[in-house]
Amino acid sequence: MTKILVIAEHFDGEILSATSKTVNCASQISESIDILVLGDDSAVASQATTIDAVSNVLSISNEAFGYPVSSIMAPVVAEISSEYDYILLPSSTFGKDLAPRISAILDVNQVTDIMSVEEPRIFKRPIYAGNAIQTIKIAEGKKVLGTVRTASFKELGNSNSANLIETEMPSVNIPSHTRFIKIESEKTERPDLQVASIVISGGRGVGSAENFELLYQLADKLGASVGASRAAVDAGFVPNDMQVGQTGKIIAPDLYFAIGISGAIQHIAGIKDAGTIVAVNKDADAPIFEIADIGIVADLFEFIPQLTSKLD
Amino acid sequence: MEKILVCIKRVIDYNVKIRVKPDESGVVTEGVKMSINPFDEIALEEALRIKENGDAVEVVIVSIGPDDSQQQLRTGLAMGADRAILIKHDGEIEPLTVAKALSEIVEDENPGLIMMGKQAIDDDSSQTGQILAQLCDIPQATFASKVSIQEEKATVVREIDQGLETLEIDLPAIITTDLRLNEPRYVKLPDIMKAKKKVLDVIESGELKTDFSSSIEVINVTPPPPRESGVMVNDVEELVVALKEKGLLS
Repeated sequence: MTKILVIAEHFDGEILSATSKTVNCASQISESIDILVLGDDSAVASQATTIDAVSNVLSISNEAFGYPVSSIMAPVVAEISSEYDYILLPSSTFGKDLAPRISAILDVNQVTDIMSVEEPRIFKRPIYAGNAIQTIKIAEGKKVLGTVRTASFKELGNSNSANLIETEMPSVNIPSHTRFIKIESEKTERPDLQVASIVISGGRGVGSAENFELLYQLADKLGASVGASRAAVDAGFVPNDMQVGQTGKIIAPDLYFAIGISGAIQHIAGIKDAGTIVAVNKDADAPIFEIADIGIVADLFEFIPQLTSKLD
Repeated sequence: MEKILVCIKRVIDYNVKIRVKPDESGVVTEGVKMSINPFDEIALEEALRIKENGDAVEVVIVSIGPDDSQQQLRTGLAMGADRAILIKHDGEIEPLTVAKALSEIVEDENPGLIMMGKQAIDDDSSQTGQILAQLCDIPQATFASKVSIQEEKATVVREIDQGLETLEIDLPAIITTDLRLNEPRYVKLPDIMKAKKKVLDVIESGELKTDFSSSIEVINVTPPPPRESGVMVNDVEELVVALKEKGLLS
């Protein structure tokens, strides 16, 4: 049977949902799916055993994996993957950074951003920021290496108890040329953008960092996450990790509010897979209305407080 | 360091609305404005600033693509690059092949730093820099939003999903650039005149050792499925009703 190895993404001791979504993509190809978890202890690996459809979780614990560095992980993944026909990673900044180094070691072409599995070797992927869709085929007999566009796949259930296999670190050279210094994250009580079922994004129309407070209040009523367009980030209203769009995060919430966002192509590329898009803009000609499921021409400074009070 | 190598790709200008060919073989490029991939332009700008800061002596630009890619290389020379190399090749090329061909240039040029965009805005692959780094067995710092060079190493701030990450890497290394790193300069007319006199070497892809075949076949290229047309509501009341009907609000 076709054997698939999924490389787990984890951060701060948590397996990220991107891992489960990648397993979902894998489950459309074969029933034999293993996850490889590289970490500095096996606690995080045990979380991965609950993901449905997974047979084995291979855990390699080594202090070299205390923080994910691609040049350290790639030779290990390449070594472990010799038994597998497919290697899949989430198409996050983690997967995008790591996968091509595996491509180089194994000398196999990589598919970026798999958005659907048509046949086991035929995939669809977005190009030109999602303005065109490419269907590609990987030649028979070649190992398949791909990153999975997580916005295109749902998270699987967590009722599994896969085998946890402590795996020995293969004898590969661990380079010392890359050193992790620090990471600065915006800590927030709200759900993560890529996980939230409701996302409220603000654009340049919001006008200032202070005015984003209105969006936060509405978000807290709805249990929503808050995002922003590139224009709002560039204007300095919010930090870059809130950016939704082709150059930011690509998301697929059930419900998306675009508030004071005109609808640049690059923003739309990031929300194409949202279930329902609600656009709020005072300009009736704003392009965002062309893709919105529900549009309302309104001044956001009146609209948001009205909606927020309706939810009481 | 002596030299920075910047890799640039000729792509459809980012302002052009893409049209898929009726036969689904690709997108229309005939009569369409072409430019340097904007992420690569940022890489070149950064390399020029590093040189102007006295941390590098020469900036060399390289591209792989059709003969017309000379236009983009001339633009790069007008921005301030010292010298250009074109690996002439017609037709689609996979990132693995591009990186292998570039590794031959790296071997010849021996740069202290290699820079390119984090991805090209046409195929959105985001692979070439990382593959090249592995092929050359050197460190990488992708999605860079801040770069500082100190003698034999670089400190790079990266825009990753979890926030801003800082890495320290030994040189030589590859840095791929994100949007917020800088704003590329405008090219002035006298610079365009000067650029015409700069060296632009053309190498035929057949002269390289790299095999340009691929194991990936493009079956077709289609427009994205359109979203169903939406409705307009008049006020918050109507919106709440519509969302409740869809089961999105309780």
